[in-house]
Amino acid sequence: MKLLTHNMLTSHVKGVVKGYPLLIKATEVKMNEVEFNPQFVSRMIPKLEWSALVQAAEELGHREDLPGELMAEYEKDEEFLKKVHRVLLEVEVIEGCLQCPESGREFPITRGIPNMLLNEDEV
Amino acid sequence: MDSGMEDNTKAIRMKKGEKKILKKQIKASHTLLKHEGISTTSQPTKSLVVANGGLGNGVSREELSTVLKEFGELEKLIMHPQKPYAFVTYRSEESAQKAHIHLNGEKLQCGDNSVTLYLSYVDSVICEEGVSISLPEGLTLLEDFVSLEEEVLLLSAIDWSSSNDDVTAQKALKHRRVKHYGFEFRYDNNNVDKDKPLPSGIPQECLPVLERCFRSGHINIMPDQLTVNQYECGQGIPPHVDTHSAFEDTILSLSLGAQTVMEFRHPDGLLLPVVLPARSLLLMKGESRYLWTHGITPRKYDMVPACDPQSPAHTMADLGAHSNLTLSKRGTRTSFTFRKIRHKPCDCAFPTACDSQGAPSVPSVSSPPPSPPSLPCCHADAALLEEEYVHRVYDTIASHFSSTRHSPWPNVCHFLNSLPAGSVLADVGCGNGKYLGVNPAVIAVGCDRSSALVQICADRGFQAFVSDALCVPMRTDSCDACISIAVIHHFSTQARRLAAVQELMRLLKPGGLALIYVWAFEQEYNKQKSKYLKDQNRGHPENHNLLKDTTQDSQGPHEISGQHSEDSHKPVDNIQDIGKLSVHTNRTAFNTQDLLVPWHLKEGKRQGEEESRDSGKKDKKKDKSKKTPGKPCPTASSQCEPVPSTDSTQTPYQKLKSESESSPAPIFHRYYHVFQQGELEQLCGQVTGVKVQRSYHDQGNWCVVLKKDELIHQ
Repeated sequence: MKLLTHNMLTSHVKGVVKGYPLLIKATEVKMNEVEFNPQFVSRMIPKLEWSALVQAAEELGHREDLPGELMAEYEKDEEFLKKVHRVLLEVEVIEGCLQCPESGREFPITRGIPNMLLNEDEV
Repeated sequence: MDSGMEDNTKAIRMKKGEKKILKKQIKASHTLLKHEGISTTSQPTKSLVVANGGLGNGVSREELSTVLKEFGELEKLIMHPQKPYAFVTYRSEESAQKAHIHLNGEKLQCGDNSVTLYLSYVDSVICEEGVSISLPEGLTLLEDFVSLEEEVLLLSAIDWSSSNDDVTAQKALKHRRVKHYGFEFRYDNNNVDKDKPLPSGIPQECLPVLERCFRSGHINIMPDQLTVNQYECGQGIPPHVDTHSAFEDTILSLSLGAQTVMEFRHPDGLLLPVVLPARSLLLMKGESRYLWTHGITPRKYDMVPACDPQSPAHTMADLGAHSNLTLSKRGTRTSFTFRKIRHKPCDCAFPTACDSQGAPSVPSVSSPPPSPPSLPCCHADAALLEEEYVHRVYDTIASHFSSTRHSPWPNVCHFLNSLPAGSVLADVGCGNGKYLGVNPAVIAVGCDRSSALVQICADRGFQAFVSDALCVPMRTDSCDACISIAVIHHFSTQARRLAAVQELMRLLKPGGLALIYVWAFEQEYNKQKSKYLKDQNRGHPENHNLLKDTTQDSQGPHEISGQHSEDSHKPVDNIQDIGKLSVHTNRTAFNTQDLLVPWHLKEGKRQGEEESRDSGKKDKKKDKSKKTPGKPCPTASSQCEPVPSTDSTQTPYQKLKSESESSPAPIFHRYYHVFQQGELEQLCGQVTGVKVQRSYHDQGNWCVVLKKDELIHQ
């Protein structure tokens, strides 16, 4: 699971009002090199919940010096884009779990795949 | 029959050893007592039971009465249908004694075979005329509906020479020959290709007859399909109900050339033979058309009422209650069956026999699961059904399934490629991820219920997670586009299908687009067969090897028997429990909207061999080499089947496996709800804040592009 995916995931456990962002409890994290495409990254940034990305990177120890808030004209800052690229696309959680911030429900991550299925009584 | 009299008399042969005869006679008496409850007496009476001298042994009334009359005047002769004996009552006891002495142990020659008669005295003769049972509800027989001249004209209108086979779809079936006009009736799936009329319509000569039916109010819509069957003496047609989904209510059957006896059977077991005289018209409506089976037993003689068989008054009577019967040799009968093609699923009042309402369609090529499920009526049942007949199956067949799903459908690719760069795309029910890499400029995330399929996505380097399409764990308004390809037809209730569309809409940003594909009930559209049907005869990946495995020997050009070897040999009218889902025959038209589709698992699959061939726009060889993690294969194909989901950690669902020895490949059944034209649009129309931007038919799928309204939200 890349942090890009994590940025979109939320918890839908019954009764939960704020299931976002999910906390990451990783036991295995891998870095996968991905070709850098500044245009692609800068198009991606407005689609993100920025603070959730920063928080996730922090949890995994990969925040580097990402700012807490997006600065203006980031698309011109290639160094910044590279950092975002790295955090979004190269950091991968292989094993661990995602945890619902409100209910505490954990969703396992196995071989890089989050299993977000809910039990019948959680829907 | 008259000419047979002398021969029969001569046929009586010399007596054989009397001991042997006595032994046999005693044995016959025992048999009669044991099986028929007829008790014989050793004291002479006026009445005798004539064992072996029954209609059931092929002895005709004329033949038997001729020999019996030699010994005196008969008071009555009772012959029950299908019984191997007859009762005779003489005017005098003396005559009966004479008959006993002279006929016991004698052979009687009847046509080609001879029987040995054994006679015993009985105290009373069982002679129940029975209450006359009326014809099946909705059945009408109109005698002399066509004149002798019309009969000649109609018969000469049918050209049985084989020069125009293709025009009228002439077929020599096992037990009769047949020609079709208007539309071909296919004996492999017992249905018609509704969008493929034959070049030859109903012959002109038939029109006066049909117009007469119309004017007299027997029909209110003109038939557009004619099947002509020609039965030689000894031929017949197995009992069947004309496929509900294929034809409208009233079915007309004109008997020409010779009479026959048609047998109507109620599912409860009631059997009513009905004499169809030459030049009569039979109208089957309502219960008699939808619920009762009808058929003609292949035989050379029919039992018909004995009193003046020519008299219309008696031929109409049902035969079941008659004890006053005789045999009538069959001639060559040609039947004209006129039917009206049905274009909407049948909604008759007889769901147990209705293929449109979930009853098994006739020729199920693959064996159904041991106990097919019923269509669910509540949410919990639906979830269970989908768990067993969708999720577990996909997890089990994931690898084989994936190997047949490497070719994205061109129109889906077109949609994906039309998305602006940087769009966030969710593929809900992504299967093996074949669409996740089509447009590398979008940010694609997939999810599927099947962890085995999601694992394949991950191995290919795509972002995917396991989730249910009714509860996608993504932020509301987070996607620029969603696709749901071949997913929603796996939900087993309307409410769940609606919920699946609503969930897609929740994910979309205002102004976002969703593309939905579902499998279509209509596998032919604008006179084009879908690839799914076309590939019927091709060695082909997906349904594929399956067809080869199962169809070959079982798909005879004939209804019923023979066809169901693995299927416990059910006659058509052997209906399964009410509401049970029927099993679809791969690569045939659908008979019903809710069904189970077999997947024939191929073990040790060789991917290269399964490469898709069809409408590919690109070189397939290249695809093969690329079938490794990373990228999906960009070939255009047309698989009509879907993808979705399952959860993992389940063992293969053994219960669904078919252990048929004829096909070593295990068979799994997936539940589908195939959509009728307009149904998908109607479903989406129920979701608020959404517009159907476009809808179309694509290779046996119904498809919509939905747009979430701009104004609402945020």
